[in-house]
Amino acid sequence: MQVMTNASDFVEETTADGVTALRFSGDLSIASIGNVPERLSEYPGGIQQLNLADVGYIDTVGAWLIHRTARNMGAEIVGGDDEATRLIAAVSSVDPAADVRPDPPNPVLRVLNEIGEATTLAFTTLAGLVGFFGSIMLALFNLLRHPGQIRWNAVIQRFDVVGVRALGIVGLMSFLIGLVIAQQGAVQLRQFGAEVFTVNLVGRLTLRELGVLMTAIMVAGRSGSAFAAQIGTMRLTEEIDAMRTIGVSPVEALVLPRFLAAIIMLPLLGFYASVVAIIGGGLLSWVELDIPPATFFSRIREVVPITDVYVGLAKAPVFGAIIAICGCYQGMQVKGSAEDVGRRTTAAVVQAIFLVIVLDAFFAVFFTWIGWS
Amino acid sequence: MIGETPLAYDPQFEGPIICVKGLRNSFGDFVVHEDLDLDVRKGEILGVVGGSGTGKSVLMRSIIGLQKPDEGDVKVFGESLLGRSDAETVEIRKRWGVLFQGGALFSTLTVAENVMVPIREFYPKMDREFRREVAKYKVCLSGLPPDAAPKYPSELSGGMKKRAGIARALALDPELLFLDEPTAGLDPIGAAAFDSLTRELQQTLGLTVFLITHDLDTLHAICDRVAVLADRKVIAVGTIDELLAMDHPWIQEYFNGPRGRMAAPKQG
Repeated sequence: MQVMTNASDFVEETTADGVTALRFSGDLSIASIGNVPERLSEYPGGIQQLNLADVGYIDTVGAWLIHRTARNMGAEIVGGDDEATRLIAAVSSVDPAADVRPDPPNPVLRVLNEIGEATTLAFTTLAGLVGFFGSIMLALFNLLRHPGQIRWNAVIQRFDVVGVRALGIVGLMSFLIGLVIAQQGAVQLRQFGAEVFTVNLVGRLTLRELGVLMTAIMVAGRSGSAFAAQIGTMRLTEEIDAMRTIGVSPVEALVLPRFLAAIIMLPLLGFYASVVAIIGGGLLSWVELDIPPATFFSRIREVVPITDVYVGLAKAPVFGAIIAICGCYQGMQVKGSAEDVGRRTTAAVVQAIFLVIVLDAFFAVFFTWIGWS
Repeated sequence: MIGETPLAYDPQFEGPIICVKGLRNSFGDFVVHEDLDLDVRKGEILGVVGGSGTGKSVLMRSIIGLQKPDEGDVKVFGESLLGRSDAETVEIRKRWGVLFQGGALFSTLTVAENVMVPIREFYPKMDREFRREVAKYKVCLSGLPPDAAPKYPSELSGGMKKRAGIARALALDPELLFLDEPTAGLDPIGAAAFDSLTRELQQTLGLTVFLITHDLDTLHAICDRVAVLADRKVIAVGTIDELLAMDHPWIQEYFNGPRGRMAAPKQG
């Protein structure tokens, strides 16, 4: 059974005393109004009266339509019952001169504006990150003078979340990366009869670069985003403000444990990742190139200088610091709505990965320059 | 297609607008409602009160279909809604509007666009320009200044968010309005203004209002009847005077406690 509504309609008529009028019929409601608004707005002028005598049910949508049409055509409304008169009076007492959306700005200005805003944002973010690093350092020195205040529970808990729980995924990723490096290396080097150098490739690349870099990217995605989201949500629920009021410094209570966990866990995870990648590479060398594991590992010890391990381990805490600073800084900047938490979380991950890769390039140049190549 | 035809409705239906019978709701072992009955009459403002955790919001959610009760029957406009698909109940759902506790405005849309969402959803063929106008006068009808229409919810104060929520709830010209703690978090002036807006809209638009509240002033100012939720059911429904005549300890405590006495209109 269909819904019982009478579609609204209107016809033009001339009354006995020569007045041109539109006579409406049916229900004037949101459900039955159909294309009447369009037809009315295209209707040529010359109407003096809107007759509602035949109208059944009317709601505010119908009342608004009649009010608007009467206003635009300069016509008077006749024949409405009490209900219609009341509703038309109600809607005509409001003046919706407003817009549905804010005014769109001039496109040229908008582009310029956006470039300007993006530039300022980049610089203020950079300044903010440096400032935030400063406040972390201050808090750290403060704690070093009063070591009793260090929240070991929080720090250890972060160790677990950032480090221990990442072992599985970081291990799997590194193992596969080791496999892929060895496999691709073997295919390419075989063309020169130099498959045996696959060992050099796997050993040096993973210990020096990829182990730590890939770990940093994984930790930025896993923990950097979590830092931003956790702290950001705490901002929204005013937990951070509550902490300040009670006299607890949010930097000491929330940021420092995450910062310490990241700078301590990243070298450990990075070294672990390198070792797992070497195991992956060794496995592939055994299967593909018939290099037995014992030979593989003794070759690794011969061809990988110890400085490669130092290079990897020296970079890792810096990467960890960057991930923690970006995550916590963006979290602390959250204001307004839950939407902002999402935006800040994305920004934390993107900035952390970007800065990690930029710094990695600097490190590469620096370590070559000091002769650790 | 069986079961997909929208239910027809009778615009002249005069019985109880909402009729809840034998409702039972539970979360795990925790029983919120048991054998709960409630009728809401046409054209009244029914206040629903009860201590925290007595399931006022759960009752509202059961009526509007967001919570599936374990047992019982819920009839709105004389049609049973339980066990029916969304496609079947669409004509009924068009006839009510809901204001959620926090306003629940869509944060990526402006106020006017928020009002346009239900209109576009249920009446996609409506002329675009006309739809905008409808949205704009609804915003003004809810007592917001016209320049609030192009603003985003994050730019509004708490009271304005509530009004914007009302504007969206009224988008489809409903006959039944659900308000979940509309005056919570508003200052007394804002709350009083919101009460008079509710009363005004109820009278001009001929609404039936299901109003959950903790606000004793609201109960005294605008509610025709009050339903009291306690002990997992509605223990009493009536005007405040009728309730005061009862001798249930919670009701006495509620209306005759220090706050209850302050809110009561002064006797000549």
